[in-house]
Amino acid sequence: MKILTTNYLACAVKTCKSEPAAFPLHFKDAELAREELELNPEFIKNVLPRIDWPALAQTAAELGFTTLPSQKPENLDEQTMKDLHTLLMETQVMEGKLVCGNCGYEYNIKEGIANFLLPNHLV
Amino acid sequence: MSRPEDTLPPDLFYNDTEALKYTTSSRIQAIQSSMTHRCLELLSLPGPSLILDIGCGSGLSGEILDSYNHTWIGMDISPSMLGVALDRETTGDLLLADMGQGIPFRAGSFDAAVSVSAVQWLCNAETSDVTPQGRLSRFFEGLYASIKRGGKAVLQFYPKNDAQRQMITAAAVKAGFGAGMLEDDPGTKNAKLYLVLTVGSGGDLSGRDIT
Ligand SMILES: [Zn+2]
Repeated sequence: MKILTTNYLACAVKTCKSEPAAFPLHFKDAELAREELELNPEFIKNVLPRIDWPALAQTAAELGFTTLPSQKPENLDEQTMKDLHTLLMETQVMEGKLVCGNCGYEYNIKEGIANFLLPNHLV
Repeated sequence: MSRPEDTLPPDLFYNDTEALKYTTSSRIQAIQSSMTHRCLELLSLPGPSLILDIGCGSGLSGEILDSYNHTWIGMDISPSMLGVALDRETTGDLLLADMGQGIPFRAGSFDAAVSVSAVQWLCNAETSDVTPQGRLSRFFEGLYASIKRGGKAVLQFYPKNDAQRQMITAAAVKAGFGAGMLEDDPGTKNAKLYLVLTVGSGGDLSGRDIT
């Protein structure tokens, strides 16, 4: 699972809808991998306005990446573009859990696939 | 041939054998590919986009999305299908999830959404504590919120009958979508139905406006 995806995922439990603490989900026991992908600058430019920067900074810090700028960059120079590509697109969480900060529900990640199937009473 | 929707729930129907059969059938691949191309044509995205693929299965549609330089996130309820997607080393992110439970993404996440041959499964209710209506409204409300304003979704699906077609489109409209229906090769056995949905104003409706 790409870090990009975790910036959009929110807890699916019914009582967590529009609860600020339900986003972003927090990693637990995350095992990381890096998969090289071709840089797609147009894509990065397209999604950057929709990236929640404070959430991304939080996720990055939880995973041990501490060099992320504290503010969303206004202009994407070549290096910033590359760094963002590496973090958002190439860095993957292969195993571990995503935990909701509101209800505590733990979503398992196996082989990079997060399990968002919920028991019906939580939907 | 019986409809798979009438035999077993999708997570059970698409077991390892069926998932592989589905993915390696060249006829299914060709149909799936042409329908995904059609979805993209109807979306007419201006550039590389973030796309949600609902019922992504083994990533057959995702491969087409990749070839257009889009980035996709796929949801599917069948672990076997997702397993095949892993083996095929698709580039999209995969989520094991039930669309009838909603769309677990924050508001305005996606440029667009596509779905090929999946949403008719929403009309099945596998257990007594859920209803097709409940599943349909959770799905469409979640989908509506997860697409950015001005974004679109194109859902190709196989309704069992007119009542099901009505039930699905009515749920989409109720969730707030602008909706149009497009049918390719109507009246033939190759008929393909596309529900074209827009979020907010400014969207360009293809086909017959039904809102
Ligand atoms: Zn939660």
